[in-house]
Amino acid sequence: MIEVTVQVNGASRTGSVEARKTLADFLRDDLDLTGTHVGCEHGVCGACTVIVDGRAVRSCLMLAVQAAGSEITTIEGLATDGGLGTLQQAMWDSHSFQCGFCTPGFVMQATAYLSAHPDAGEQDIREALSGNICRCTGYQSIIDGVLLAAQRSREA
Amino acid sequence: MKLPYVEYEAPTTIAEAVDLLAEHEDEASVLAGGQSLIPLMALRLARPAVLIDINGLSELSLVAATDGQVTIGAMTREYVAEDSATVGDAVPLLAAALPLIGHEAIRSRGTIGGSLAHADPAAELPAVALALDAEFVVRGRAGERVVPAADWFEGYLATSRRPDELLTEVRFPAAGPGTGVAFLEVARRHGDFAIVGLAVSLTLADGVISDARLAFAGVADVPVRVAEAEDLLAGERPSAELFAEAARVATAALDPPADLNGSPEYRKQVAAALVRRGLQAAADNAYERQ
Repeated sequence: MIEVTVQVNGASRTGSVEARKTLADFLRDDLDLTGTHVGCEHGVCGACTVIVDGRAVRSCLMLAVQAAGSEITTIEGLATDGGLGTLQQAMWDSHSFQCGFCTPGFVMQATAYLSAHPDAGEQDIREALSGNICRCTGYQSIIDGVLLAAQRSREA
Repeated sequence: MKLPYVEYEAPTTIAEAVDLLAEHEDEASVLAGGQSLIPLMALRLARPAVLIDINGLSELSLVAATDGQVTIGAMTREYVAEDSATVGDAVPLLAAALPLIGHEAIRSRGTIGGSLAHADPAAELPAVALALDAEFVVRGRAGERVVPAADWFEGYLATSRRPDELLTEVRFPAAGPGTGVAFLEVARRHGDFAIVGLAVSLTLADGVISDARLAFAGVADVPVRVAEAEDLLAGERPSAELFAEAARVATAALDPPADLNGSPEYRKQVAAALVRRGLQAAADNAYERQ
């Protein structure tokens, strides 16, 4: 077993893992951060997307041991003072959720994308989210929500 | 699926990594960005006994321009190369291909060396490396070896890297003035593997094509360069008729595979369309860069 210490949502967390454990499973099973969802487990669906050192990554394609020393943001880290963040509120207002399984991955991918591309338009957002799969196929309302968040952030 | 049990080594120097490779050879897989290897392990298509994680080898993350070449370290992440002004200026074909790789989250982790060592024939970077005659630098216990791109790709997911060698860097020739490029692909969705992809580099001198390079992705078990079409283009002036003839010649010899995404006939039709469009786009780009 290998000891791993990471910064997750601003707090230092330590666990002891086998090398083969993915970051996704480490977050869920060892750190009880079950907001990160595990879908396909081979990097296709995007449900497990988290932010590592400022970049969106698929946490099922990264080993927990490789995250040692990294700063990680998961869906649990986006709420501010117990309320929804700008993107979360905009997605709520746009009915961007159906079953909700894919939602954390979409939200984390969109968070990383909007922070790097605050002026993103609809086509940019569609491409940026093209690696995340929603099996309820509620894509239109998800795009609407992310666009609304981008607008609100620019106006704020 | 969860990953199978595997031993894990995290060397901190190239020499240490090379020693580990020499010790484990075929039993080991080199872990770079992990965007292909981890899925292969999850699907039990790869079962290495040992992972040799080279993410700690910081000297393998570099982009450096030297005497007409751009050297890119094997561990350089794809998004870093994508954001690099050096790559944009000197290796515009690579810059054109990088945004088409996977999705943003894949490029956060995926590496230049990883993609080229994995050698998926439908991937973008192998076609770029082949079109540009890139050089692959590998390190073993006996020292360094430089392999030209033409000798690198040996088959489906197979390269001429020996099991005890580590790919350390890839050298791309810098594009001169008058060189225009295009990377085009047809895929079902943005970020999917290409049904057919095409890397084009065209150099114009006084309105005449002095150098033409065409390399396909997704049409065989290796990336495919089409010398017959390149020879036909050299010495000619760009025109729609010339590009149509090049498309005919370039696709005549292709024998692409059939899969869920398309029949061989469909792939050849797409390939011909990409040659026409790619040559026109590269010619337009060459005028801009003169």
